[in-house]
Amino acid sequence: MEPFTPVIITVLSGKTRDGSLEIFDEIVLRAGDTVSVVGPTGSGKTAFINDIEVFACKDTVTGRTVLVNGRIPPDEMVRDPAKKPIALITQNTKCIADLTVKEFLEMHIRARRIPDDSRVGETIALANEFTGEKIAAPMHMTSLSGGQTRSLLIADAITISSAPIILLDEVESGGIFKETVISTLKANNKAVIFVTHDPFLALLSDRRIVMRNGAVERIIIPGGREKKIIHLVSSMDRVLFKIREEIRAGTLLDGGEDIS
Amino acid sequence: MKLLIFAGPPSAGKTAVIRQIIRQLTGEFTVAFLKIDVVQAFEDEELKKEFGIPAKKVYSGDICPDHTGILVLRDAISWAEDLGAGILIVESAGLCLRCTPYTTQSLGIVVLSAVSGTNSPLKMAPMIALADIAVVTKVDLISQAEKEVFREQVRDVAPRVDIIETNAVHGTGLRFLTMAIRNVPDILDPDAIVLRGMPPLAVCTICAGKKEIGWQNHFGILKTLDGADDLYRGE
Ligand SMILES: Nc1ncnc2c1ncn2[C@@H]1O[C@H](COP(=O)(O)OP(=O)(O)OP(=O)(O)O)[C@@H](O)[C@H]1O
Ligand SMILES: Nc1nc2c(ncn2[C@@H]2O[C@H](COP(=O)(O)OP(=O)(O)O)[C@@H](O)[C@H]2O)c(=O)[nH]1
Ligand SMILES: [Mg+2]
Ligand SMILES: [Mg+2]
Ligand SMILES: [Zn+2]
Ligand SMILES: [Zn+2]
Repeated sequence: MEPFTPVIITVLSGKTRDGSLEIFDEIVLRAGDTVSVVGPTGSGKTAFINDIEVFACKDTVTGRTVLVNGRIPPDEMVRDPAKKPIALITQNTKCIADLTVKEFLEMHIRARRIPDDSRVGETIALANEFTGEKIAAPMHMTSLSGGQTRSLLIADAITISSAPIILLDEVESGGIFKETVISTLKANNKAVIFVTHDPFLALLSDRRIVMRNGAVERIIIPGGREKKIIHLVSSMDRVLFKIREEIRAGTLLDGGEDIS
Repeated sequence: MKLLIFAGPPSAGKTAVIRQIIRQLTGEFTVAFLKIDVVQAFEDEELKKEFGIPAKKVYSGDICPDHTGILVLRDAISWAEDLGAGILIVESAGLCLRCTPYTTQSLGIVVLSAVSGTNSPLKMAPMIALADIAVVTKVDLISQAEKEVFREQVRDVAPRVDIIETNAVHGTGLRFLTMAIRNVPDILDPDAIVLRGMPPLAVCTICAGKKEIGWQNHFGILKTLDGADDLYRGE
């Protein structure tokens, strides 16, 4: 049961770091959209998705405005996180809550005022599809690795927050199964916006927002023209994945292993 | 003139929030600022330099800093009113978790850091429960799920307090605080201002439960706004 009715997000342009106007009029996001945000370090990628998360109203450094279904969202949607149709997974990979995984999830379920049926177990099971290092209910939130923390928070955004819009900041960091994350989010008909430095992830999106100097510089809609290169990068990514796993497992790579 | 009283532990972000408030309201109101601290504070000089506003500080020395705040508050109101201020902001030292500095005829604002630990709201329950608004800072450093869990902890301590989450360095979300400040009524009668809470038992007349503000209404070791030394008034 989804507690949210369909949501369309519109981002209205703001200004660059030098104060000139951004080049776009509006960027519209709907359920099922996958959008990547790319650009050099410090170019404003995190600021862009933060604007969406706080429903910017010309009150952030970028001067952007974010509308929900064509309007400035009602105060309660902005202020009560349980009424917010957006879940943001930040660049930080550590949780500071002094609670076990079970206590943390139970408390989040309570904060959301939703029935506590089997969600704790479901969330942990889903998180474990995203990470190779298994998470268990009695573990402490502060003891989870970066990848475990990310995985749990993404699973939480799907099963507990049930947010129709998911924002991910550099999901690839922390070594999680990034492709599984994106395909699970797509399968759940989420609108996904992810900041990434990973070429394969960037190519998995339908739209690519390119940032520079605090502003959107370009919006690329590949529309199938990158098909060939996606194929290539996908196989390279698989090779790299296997090599990474071998190295993690302590193998000496002498060229004899099957990595194709 | 409106009276705003800020409380909250050291480094919670009180000054960061106050800076944003001054930035947003400075065209509309003349803002005066008073910082209470134990031995060292720099806020008054920083804010004076940054915004050109009247600012002052008082060191509490051996007295509970919240008690010091109460003793000098009546003087501070006169000081700010004489300057024609529209808003007087008082920033407490934030060290005494038991005494709460909020008074009647003011807006009481507690500032809490979202990275101070899940149980921190429980540890400072009186400071939150008697406030009108709880500003939760540093939400830029935590995930959304953690934000909701922290909010739930605050709710457990104070079910009715108005919670405002912010990245105080950027000022996001603080428009809800400035809105609340615009709606605060002016001080009606400064001589009728009293503490909201009951102070804990101890040795001075405030500790003994006398809630009037102003050293003129108390006995024992007292402080005035401008007096460098403590003053003793026997009964
Ligand atoms: N339009 C803007 N005007 C002014 N400052 C901006 C603007 N956009 C971003 N900034 C500021 O620039 C800094 C860097 O931006 P941000 O953190 O979003 O970069 P990033 O692209 O996410 O970098 P990284 O890849 O290192 O994570 C931040 O302090 C941000 O607030
Ligand atoms: N990242 C982040 N830092 C903050 C925030 N609020 C305050 N700070 C920082 O925390 C430190 C302490 O803040 P300050 O306002 O001096 O706290 P005070 O002692 O309560 O007045 C400063 O370095 C601030 O810049 C916030 O919302 N996010
Ligand atoms: Mg970033
Ligand atoms: Mg301060
Ligand atoms: Zn005290
Ligand atoms: Zn006392």
